[in-house]
Amino acid sequence: MAAESLTVIRGDQEVLHGLSFTVPRGRITGLLGPSGCGKTTLMRCVVGVQITESGGVQVLGVPAGSAELRPRVGYVTQAPSVYGDITVGENLRYFARILGVEASRVSEVMKTVALEEHDRVANKLSGGQRSRISLATALLAEPDLLVLDEPTVGLDPVLRVELWNTFTALAQAGTTLLVSSHVMDEAERCDSLLLMRDGDLLASETPDGLRARTGEEDLEDAFLALIKEREAV
Amino acid sequence: MSPRITLATATRVLTQLRRDPRTIALLLIVPAALVILIKFVFEDSPGAFDRIGGPLVGLFPFITMFLVSSITMLRERTTGTLERLMTMPLAKLDILLGYGLAFGFVGTAQALITSAVAFGLLDLEVAGSTVLVIVLAIGNALLGMSLGLFVSAFAQTEFQAIQFMPAFVFPQLLLCGLFVARDQMAGALEAISYALPLTYAYDALDRVTSDGSLGGRGTVDVIVTCGVILLALALGAATLRRRTA
Repeated sequence: MAAESLTVIRGDQEVLHGLSFTVPRGRITGLLGPSGCGKTTLMRCVVGVQITESGGVQVLGVPAGSAELRPRVGYVTQAPSVYGDITVGENLRYFARILGVEASRVSEVMKTVALEEHDRVANKLSGGQRSRISLATALLAEPDLLVLDEPTVGLDPVLRVELWNTFTALAQAGTTLLVSSHVMDEAERCDSLLLMRDGDLLASETPDGLRARTGEEDLEDAFLALIKEREAV
Repeated sequence: MSPRITLATATRVLTQLRRDPRTIALLLIVPAALVILIKFVFEDSPGAFDRIGGPLVGLFPFITMFLVSSITMLRERTTGTLERLMTMPLAKLDILLGYGLAFGFVGTAQALITSAVAFGLLDLEVAGSTVLVIVLAIGNALLGMSLGLFVSAFAQTEFQAIQFMPAFVFPQLLLCGLFVARDQMAGALEAISYALPLTYAYDALDRVTSDGSLGGRGTVDVIVTCGVILLALALGAATLRRRTA
């Protein structure tokens, strides 16, 4: 996946200022930066639901948002997009029928995200459980690219580790993952990092590359060093 | 477009309704209860209930289906599920037709119950065929549903969607001929009434109720109503956007 001078204007504000980057296949790429820096907008561009001002994103060799990408790209928004008034199983079965995948995938993806409440109405579940329904939905069609917007917010630490293990396993099986987060300790689990601030890309590096470039051991400190470096220019 | 996805969507919408028994009860009982109320309101004016009862059997489903479908579609837009669907391999019309099927089913049930109460319990007598009135009542429910799905695109919140009821439905009720015959209205109002879908749906009902048959004009009414239902569904699908700002 590659973006070329991607610019997005929302309202009268430019929120992405001509970003260019690449995301390697079969790897986990972490998209990190503070809240409001444009992570979600960038992900929406990758999925092809964002109206862009100029520039563009090529995904798996075709422009983002192309019809042929729809079964191949899974997108999980930050707020869980599930039908709150029906059960977990009914949610997943509906999306499975749209995607044209076997009904047996429903129990497989539920196992993947450690969801057991098949017959519970989604609104009766906790926020963390609902966001796992949303994640499970994105896994149904075994997409080549998974775009996950802050998938671990509000999850308990054990589950967070389990989910990251799942992401690693998916990447090893060949799935490309783009995962956003605003906590730097998750950066450690990524193969490569995109660091964002105020609609600009500060760095596109591997975690080790970032350490080498800044001379900082801690990734949080490395991020701070990058910001200072940028402001000094 | 795919029948598989359309059907899956209709099933999902009906499942959502099934998990909300109070809404089902309101949908099925309120129009029939209103017809009962009208019967008692006109108890001392012989003939009045028979004259307006027939059209009302259709108009009540029109109003409730308009409200329910516009709110449901708005919810789909605001909860992020629509955006999710738009990233999946389905056609926009799959969503609209899925809703159309589901609410068409509910609207039919509603029109049948309302008619059963009016004709069976309250001895409503119409000049024309009872069956035809029931079929037209179902048509009215479908018209309300398709218009509701369409106008929900112009509401950002449920408060706004609710306001579409007085803004969009009441003028049609006032001008359709129910309160004052259209040829007795001021010329400008009569002209406007020709542009309003409910005018045709009401006119067809009124003809069967009072004249006994649709006739040539009534047939045109039915064709126009069906055309508006399909047009509103197509326009509703056109308002769904895969890309947003």
